[in-house]
Amino acid sequence: MYDLGKIIPGLIVFVGLVSFPIWYNGGNAGDIPKPEKPVNAKECVAATQYMRTTHMQMLNIWRDDVVREDGARKGATVSGTEYQRSLQNGCMKCHTSKKKFCDACHVYTAVTPYCWDCHIAPQETN
Amino acid sequence: MKVLYPFLAVIAFILIALVGVRIPGGQNLLGIVLPYLAILAFTGGFVLKVLGWARSPVPFRIPTTCGQAVSLPWIKQNKLDCPSTFWGVTGRMLLEVLLFRSLFRNTKASIHKGPQLAYGSSKWLWLVGLTFHYSFLVIVIRHMRLFTNPMPAFLHALEFGDGILQVGAPQIYITDLLLVGALLFLFARRLVLSEVRIISLANDYFPLFLILGIGITGILMRYFIRVDVVSIKQLAVGLVTFSPVIVGDIGPLFFVHLFLVCLLLIYFPFSKLMHLGGVFLSPTRNLANNSRMKRHINPWNDPNIKPHSYAAYEDEFREFMVEAGIPVEKELAQPVAEEAAAPAAEVAPAEG
Repeated sequence: MYDLGKIIPGLIVFVGLVSFPIWYNGGNAGDIPKPEKPVNAKECVAATQYMRTTHMQMLNIWRDDVVREDGARKGATVSGTEYQRSLQNGCMKCHTSKKKFCDACHVYTAVTPYCWDCHIAPQETN
Repeated sequence: MKVLYPFLAVIAFILIALVGVRIPGGQNLLGIVLPYLAILAFTGGFVLKVLGWARSPVPFRIPTTCGQAVSLPWIKQNKLDCPSTFWGVTGRMLLEVLLFRSLFRNTKASIHKGPQLAYGSSKWLWLVGLTFHYSFLVIVIRHMRLFTNPMPAFLHALEFGDGILQVGAPQIYITDLLLVGALLFLFARRLVLSEVRIISLANDYFPLFLILGIGITGILMRYFIRVDVVSIKQLAVGLVTFSPVIVGDIGPLFFVHLFLVCLLLIYFPFSKLMHLGGVFLSPTRNLANNSRMKRHINPWNDPNIKPHSYAAYEDEFREFMVEAGIPVEKELAQPVAEEAAAPAAEVAPAEG
């Protein structure tokens, strides 16, 4: 073996970088998010799994459709319940708390959507 | 064939993953067992490979000298392209590792009327190579948001910068576009330039297709066929805290993506991708050109074998040399015996 004085520190740095998430978390997986479900509503505008994965794209389509294309403000679920295609007056009508609903998963998955750059988050009631 | 087989191999791997997800227990195999094996193979293979290189002695200074070596005081040395000190080598290595300086020197030969041969600078490979590597680095670092809970603060800045275009939701990452664009360029380069095509092998195309597959499945998941990110993060954090769980309906596309990543990790230490470690251990780059200032002794020299100068050699064999008619620097003190002198005399005129 030659030049071990340089190669071994290099390899230690390499293994340290590769194992970063292991020592950073320190074996603690942390809390799993539990977004608060609304008490006064039984169904959402789409199926739960679809909402879990694709709500951000749906909101994007709503915005483009309603704000930019002059599309319909009203929407209806499969079972016929009407709703407002709106973040503040639609989603937040049932999911009243941004902190307890939106932020639960967004903080966990470390996403910072720019919804609230323009929208005003509803006042939190504790 | 050199292009088609690696392409078909990647397609086959995608199909294997798609089928594997549907087999009972397949999700555990693809989502938990294989990632552990892959990261072990990657880290272990990488370390063993580097230690294997460390076993090879580099007895002589063999740096590529791309500039004026250190010489007389009034001749200006090119300190980066022909370094003779530790700091010169450090500068050269930093430029090589961080900015791909040797690709920057890439030239293109062309024949003009006359015929005249002209060399022009060719920066596309350097530019696209740099784009590809840095995009890939940013993407890998960005993925740490799925492996760390809570995410370290510096990643927020990276996420913000990468998504600064604020196009769509989820926001388009600049590096996603750059990575795929750069890969397509690097692939097209191998196909279009005949001099590159002829030296391209299946193991040049395979990593391109594999990384392209990883990029495309990732882009599909983020922008088109959405998957459940919360479940994915639960699995990812579970893997690095040694408590992996697969909950909810993650979606088969994620397993295809993960399977290709695992293959890349396993393939890495045994392929040309090891230039990640190799760039640091290239003797043509990391040695100082100081042969004229410092004596470098071959480490495998047998200490029992002493230096043997020509003078000593002649002392040892003078008698036999004169006998065979070989000219010597120092004549024999006394003439050789009569019978031996005769043939020697016959040779002498021929030499004159």
